[in-house]
Amino acid sequence: MAKKLPAKDVVIVGLGWTGSILAQELTDEGLDVVAVERGPWRNTATDYPPNYSQDELRYRIRHELFLRPAQTTFTFRNKMDQTALPIRSWGAFMPPNGVGGGGVHWNAETWRFLPSDFVVRTHLTRRYGARFLPADMTIQDWGITYEELEPHYDRFEYLCGTSGTAGNLAGRIQEGGNPFEGPRSRPYPNPAQQQPFSHALFAKGARELGYKPFPQPSGNMSQAYVNPLGVRLGPCTYCGFCEWFGCGNYSKSSPQTTILPVLVRKSNFLVRDESEVVRINTDASGKRATGVTFVDTSGEEFEQPADLVILSAYTLFNVQLLLLSGIGTPYDPVANKGVIGRNFTHQTISDVESFFDGSKFIFNPFIASGSIGMCIDEFNGDNFDHGPYGFVGGGYVGQVQTNGRPIETTPVPPGTPGWGAKWKQAVKDSYLSALKPGTGVHGSMYSYRDVYLDLDPQYRDRFSRPLVRITMDFHDNEIKQNAFLTDKFAEIFHAMGARQVVKKYRKAPYDITEYQTTHLCGGAIMGTDPKTSAVNRYSQSWDVPNLFVLGASNFPQNAGYNPTGTLAALAFWSAAAIRERYLKNPGPLVHA
Amino acid sequence: MTDVRRRDLLTGTAFVLMGTRAARAGIVAGSLPWAPEAGSPPTPVKQGPWLFFTAAEVATMEALADRIIPPDPETPGGRQAGCAVFLDRQLAGPYGQAEGLYDQPPFEKGTKTQGPQSSATPAELYRTALAALDQYARSQGASAWATLSAEHQDAALSGLENGTIPLQGLDAQAFFATLVKDVKEGFFADPLYGGNRDMCAWKMIGYPGAHYDYRDWVGRHNERYPHPPVSIMGRPGWTPKT
Amino acid sequence: MPEISKFRPLIAAWAALALPACNVSAAAHAASRGQDFARIQRGRYLAVAADCNACHEDPYDGKPFAGGMAIETPFGSVLAPNITPDRDTGIGGWSEAQFEAAVRRGRRPDGKRLYPAMPFPYFVKMSPDDVAAIRAYLATIEPVRHAVKADQLPFPFSVRASMLLWDALYFADAPFAPDPTKSAPWNRGAYLVQGPAHCGACHTPKTALGGDKTASALQGYRIQGWFAPNLTNDRHNGLGDWSEADIVKYLETGHNRFDAASGPMADEVKNSSSLMSPSDLSAMALYLKDQTGRATAAQRIDPKDPRMVAGGAIYDDLCASCHKADGTGVPNLIPDLAASAAVASPEPTTVIRVMLEGANSVATKAEPTGPAMPTFGWQLTDAQIAAVGTYIRNSWTHASPAVTERQVHEARRMLAADRAAVGP
Repeated sequence: MAKKLPAKDVVIVGLGWTGSILAQELTDEGLDVVAVERGPWRNTATDYPPNYSQDELRYRIRHELFLRPAQTTFTFRNKMDQTALPIRSWGAFMPPNGVGGGGVHWNAETWRFLPSDFVVRTHLTRRYGARFLPADMTIQDWGITYEELEPHYDRFEYLCGTSGTAGNLAGRIQEGGNPFEGPRSRPYPNPAQQQPFSHALFAKGARELGYKPFPQPSGNMSQAYVNPLGVRLGPCTYCGFCEWFGCGNYSKSSPQTTILPVLVRKSNFLVRDESEVVRINTDASGKRATGVTFVDTSGEEFEQPADLVILSAYTLFNVQLLLLSGIGTPYDPVANKGVIGRNFTHQTISDVESFFDGSKFIFNPFIASGSIGMCIDEFNGDNFDHGPYGFVGGGYVGQVQTNGRPIETTPVPPGTPGWGAKWKQAVKDSYLSALKPGTGVHGSMYSYRDVYLDLDPQYRDRFSRPLVRITMDFHDNEIKQNAFLTDKFAEIFHAMGARQVVKKYRKAPYDITEYQTTHLCGGAIMGTDPKTSAVNRYSQSWDVPNLFVLGASNFPQNAGYNPTGTLAALAFWSAAAIRERYLKNPGPLVHA
Repeated sequence: MTDVRRRDLLTGTAFVLMGTRAARAGIVAGSLPWAPEAGSPPTPVKQGPWLFFTAAEVATMEALADRIIPPDPETPGGRQAGCAVFLDRQLAGPYGQAEGLYDQPPFEKGTKTQGPQSSATPAELYRTALAALDQYARSQGASAWATLSAEHQDAALSGLENGTIPLQGLDAQAFFATLVKDVKEGFFADPLYGGNRDMCAWKMIGYPGAHYDYRDWVGRHNERYPHPPVSIMGRPGWTPKT
Repeated sequence: MPEISKFRPLIAAWAALALPACNVSAAAHAASRGQDFARIQRGRYLAVAADCNACHEDPYDGKPFAGGMAIETPFGSVLAPNITPDRDTGIGGWSEAQFEAAVRRGRRPDGKRLYPAMPFPYFVKMSPDDVAAIRAYLATIEPVRHAVKADQLPFPFSVRASMLLWDALYFADAPFAPDPTKSAPWNRGAYLVQGPAHCGACHTPKTALGGDKTASALQGYRIQGWFAPNLTNDRHNGLGDWSEADIVKYLETGHNRFDAASGPMADEVKNSSSLMSPSDLSAMALYLKDQTGRATAAQRIDPKDPRMVAGGAIYDDLCASCHKADGTGVPNLIPDLAASAAVASPEPTTVIRVMLEGANSVATKAEPTGPAMPTFGWQLTDAQIAAVGTYIRNSWTHASPAVTERQVHEARRMLAADRAAVGP
């Protein structure tokens, strides 16, 4: 029997970036807000201080800060006719856990999507004709435009103190920035970070080939910063322990370093940590959420009534909770009907490893930050004519190497054995003069009819709830895209003077053991039609208007950028709609 | 230190345990929780008795470590670097028990892209595999794996790697991949875990280790970083010379 | 049950007296009659400036002024009494005159002398009218029925008569006298520092009997495992580098370009000075900047000393990533060790303690970040803590006595005992 807690105005499920943003905005509105977070409370000095957070084995290899699969996991198969099997240890992506969510251990790459990304089907159809797109590709427009989202991108960047060089200020192209980006209303709040040797050399090589390289927009501080909430961040020290790790010296933007210090002071806010929401409750009509039920680590069950439910967990858990709570129609790929689980995507990542003459090049790869790097955007989105190439989509490519941590980053030239004296010698010879960007080719993944999420018929979590089943494979479009981008990327390393360049193309089938990124998207997508989207343009559930579903689960397909900037901008956009319109007249913000 | 103990330390004016039962879940409100000595720092491996390996397994494991990472005149091999000690402590701990991994049946063999589906923990895997290696050695007329010549061991390991030498009771190729991964992790991980003794692996490649600040160096391109590596537990220069 | 903040009892703890809670006189409960809004607000403000609640809060349920907190003194623990207007267990039955006598002169309503008390040697500087205002305010708060067991101080302080001698030595029954040669703001600052804010309770050196060494006022004192630094304008050990604006920002926000308030001072900022008016904080800063200390620099330790060499190595590897190689930190976020009075103080109690157990800086409305320093006690040996302590105390412009292994060892022992006393 669940213990019933006093009702709140708002319950937030998951206190990562989007949950923190909504909590901050809605408490500012005077609402009484509780956040229920599955994982533990975390903060800098108490959980990832600078005197032991630089532990590669503990944090990178053993995944200290992440969810444990024993707590909950997913099943996976490539094709609909296969039996899905559980992901027993993490591989292709890393689900976060705990207060701050992925914002604790991200690299802090803080990108905006291209204006055309938000209207991608309209845009591509107009430019190339409808038949240019594969028949089973289910991409769709978002129902929101870049122009509408711009002020909210801006808010997030100023919250975070993003370091970067503007490429398009109110329509004027800026030297040194990304000339392809959408117009921004003002410059980044901080100048770009300094670039280590290999990253600077990449920019030089790219310029020689006629490209316009620019610094990757970084949530690692190029200098000390105080954000609009009055929260301070320190300067990044280029320690090389960013992604997978918490930042020990307050120099990476995260909910902890930008929002939570202000949020916890408010008398109308509290966090219940180590408490997993198992269900969103609805009334008899099924059209109104009444709150959530959660279980704490002792096993005790609680009911938290609330007038407004914000679902802001990781992509897959948003979808899982919707499916388990019976909210929205589950997607059926055979009939091509239903919405929950539809248009699930990841990313199309590949890399190039390059080997330089050790007597001439010392890169000191350990000097880096999470979002260090120089990139080019010539091959992202529809920044180039796809006509001759027979695929759509793209991505940025860049020397974005974040570390020289030796378990992970000791590349050896092709032909070297995997062990023994020759391997040892090659590691020694190559360490300082080899480059391994990690996610150097950061390509889009578009959505397809047979790539989706539903509930697994067999495997269950510790509450005996069905696991989410992932059905995913790469389609030819993405494989072609990746080959094209990887070849272009490799040319730049040749121009830098590499002796050997090894292209690590992404190939089908999709492999759940090979890490790409944690950028899983879709499954509860936004759109203009309730028949093909789970939420409207304000992230409001079409079926249950007092439920808002936030995060990358809203993306109808994934673009060639890291998603955090966009999902955070959407959170600010959604919060503004709640504050300015929903609260005055609770109900659907869009009438279908 | 376990997570639970860390939570015990996290007390503050606004951090209260919920209810009177053994609930660990808490409420955070009012201020950021903090307490003196809060944190979950690592516990360095102590030299001493083996915790997981038997004497026979130690001999095999040290031999394996030295073939995967052989000694050379400048840098110790896997054995002297402490890779077997590292693995001993890892297998005796959460890693050995596959703690935190999803262990619900059924265990079905899937495609390679679906990832490992074995029900065996790493501890079970090593126990079986090290015995099988000795058995293999006996089939070659030796008394134990460690008594095989280096050349013979290398040849046999290549056989495991490319799948031409099976081992009884396990997937030899998968074990070999795990073994190489684990030994390399011991070689390169912070010395506090028992391997990488005296930071020998970091010295070999020029990696400064746990150092956390390169602001003075990020703009110094193509220069060799001159400072010695440091472990989380320090370096010789930290101790005053009396 | 929430853990009691271990800092709070230290705020005015050097030799606190417990007011007896049970001896309620028969005097009429008068203060709530004829309420004057302005007077009550002034009293509320002064109660904040004096941080009464720091000691008088009920530590178990957080009820303001309800008493029961154990106040550590060098001579044993006493319990702070209930000062809510409850007639039976609080001070609801006291007359205004009885209240003033207790606060300003340490006399109980029954006429007896009080033990070394809440800081009446400071509060005596308050004007009777200000004390009456505090009384008027306290009469308006919710009465809490909470009987607090009277204190049990060890000999000789268990003999109240011995306090007569103590009073004769350390207590001057005279209100604050303005210095006509100084400005009105200076005198306001002096009044606050010497009176309600009772800064010297922590920051002024004490005699063996716990009385102030008035000749060394505000020159720093070790209390309860912290060193309350020198607040005079002394450039070596005090606030010589700080401007008045720096002092105001520190008191108001807990942070400034040099330093961050942690430990007992964090509680002081949070509950008292951050709630005071800007003009009062400016007045206090003006007064403090006019206090001269003895500029006593120690012999600077040779940078080639093995302790300095090892300390420098540790500093570069562990400390510089926040405090920077030159010690200057990040303004308002990471303290500037090169300008820190706590680092340069004659004795290293705070330096050792902060390295051993970490420190949490105060979060305030104006500076909400509340950054914390991690603990290094698990990582560094006594010799290494001593080395890095010695290094930061003898680098940049500092020249302070070396930190010894023995001091670190003692500090560990003291902190462990402290934790055992507080309990889980």
